[in-house]
Amino acid sequence: MDKVYPGVDKAVADIPDGASIAISGFFTAGTPIPLIKALAKQGAKNLTIICMQMGPGNEDINQLIINKQIKKAICNYPFYRSASRGASSPAEQAVRAGEIEMEVYPMGTFSEKLRAAGAGIAAFYTPTGVGTVVEQGKEKRKFGGLDCLLEHALKPDYAFVYAYKGDRIGNLSCHKTARNYNPEMAAAGKITIAAVENLVEPGDIEGDMVHIPGVYVQRVVKVERPRYIPTID
Amino acid sequence: MNVTRKLRGLSRELIALRIANELEDGTYVNLGIGIPTLVSDWIEGRDIILQAELGMLNTGPLASRDEVEQDLINASCQPVTELAGSCFFSENESFAMIRGGYMDTAVLGALQVSEKGDLAGWQNPERGLPEDIGNIGGSMDLAVGARKVIIAMMHVTNDGQYKIVKNCSYPLTARGVVDLIVTDLAFIEVTPKGLLLREVAPGLTAEDVQSVTEPRLIISPDLKEMQL
Repeated sequence: MDKVYPGVDKAVADIPDGASIAISGFFTAGTPIPLIKALAKQGAKNLTIICMQMGPGNEDINQLIINKQIKKAICNYPFYRSASRGASSPAEQAVRAGEIEMEVYPMGTFSEKLRAAGAGIAAFYTPTGVGTVVEQGKEKRKFGGLDCLLEHALKPDYAFVYAYKGDRIGNLSCHKTARNYNPEMAAAGKITIAAVENLVEPGDIEGDMVHIPGVYVQRVVKVERPRYIPTID
Repeated sequence: MNVTRKLRGLSRELIALRIANELEDGTYVNLGIGIPTLVSDWIEGRDIILQAELGMLNTGPLASRDEVEQDLINASCQPVTELAGSCFFSENESFAMIRGGYMDTAVLGALQVSEKGDLAGWQNPERGLPEDIGNIGGSMDLAVGARKVIIAMMHVTNDGQYKIVKNCSYPLTARGVVDLIVTDLAFIEVTPKGLLLREVAPGLTAEDVQSVTEPRLIISPDLKEMQL
């Protein structure tokens, strides 16, 4: 079972127009930048992307917006903090102009929707968001006196994940805070594509150090470590 | 319209110090963006474990220029360091910890806090985005999940508007969750009877603080100047 693809372009080649894609990464950490660049080059349109943010700490997503490849974005912290950076942000401009639909969820709800999808759970109740705009249109139910909202699983067609180390059968090991959304997105994706800094043979990652079991990963591609300086506004 | 007059109070750093003095040893704490992040400067060496909600416990101080590691950041995207006993996990597990009630205290910023302890902090309508679009981030989960919520903020807006209000007019983060409000001017506890003014910044009076606070304050019989 060898899941290695020869390069990022081959790994994303079959993504059709209208696909939904989860893209991992918390600001600058653990973001599969080479896969985003390959998707911009590949050109699939009408995409739904599921990612923490739309630009801050990950300017590469901007290229997808500029290319008008995105129909809808599902996020939890989509924009720059400062209004002045927002004025020049392609994502914020596209949302303001109505060119991109957007759904925003609380950060914990966002990743739980993905976890549920990967774990075969159809929906779940959470107390987060009760009494706020987040509850609009959602079933509310009391458990032990605590109001909760019904949230549904979110299963993307593809997931782009990133790992420090990966083997040929898809076992992945992450590095420090670059793990973030990677495990849940890997499990949620119908086809999960892992960009790995170090491609190794089965057995080279100690079993106890596998953070994402290979069963969740359909494609592995070796990439150069993207260099960036962590900073956002 | 400027509804308040200008009072001289604590710096952002000293608001953070007052909050650091309020945190108990042996607790797990999450610090939000802004003034809350500055609390970390005052707790080095204390028996307090900081969580970074992207997936780290025992988060160390900010990294110096030559320590910067791109895979080691806090939730504000600042490079940080590890301490003995640091550990890493997924963002999903991090929020399981938060909702699961394992964070003793969350220190958060706010745009408005009401006298009932409602918190509005994730969207400023003046930015002109649709009401359900903005940076929610981890704020709603932390506000609901942490056992104690301390707000760190300036007492009024830059243009002098109330931030401590009868009812929040900005989109809510959560209802009835705030325990303490620490500002440049005052230390206020949210109680079932209303807002209890416990401390004022050095040189200020209860009347000064009331003049920049929309709801009626209950003045503590033990009203003190903040000890810093």
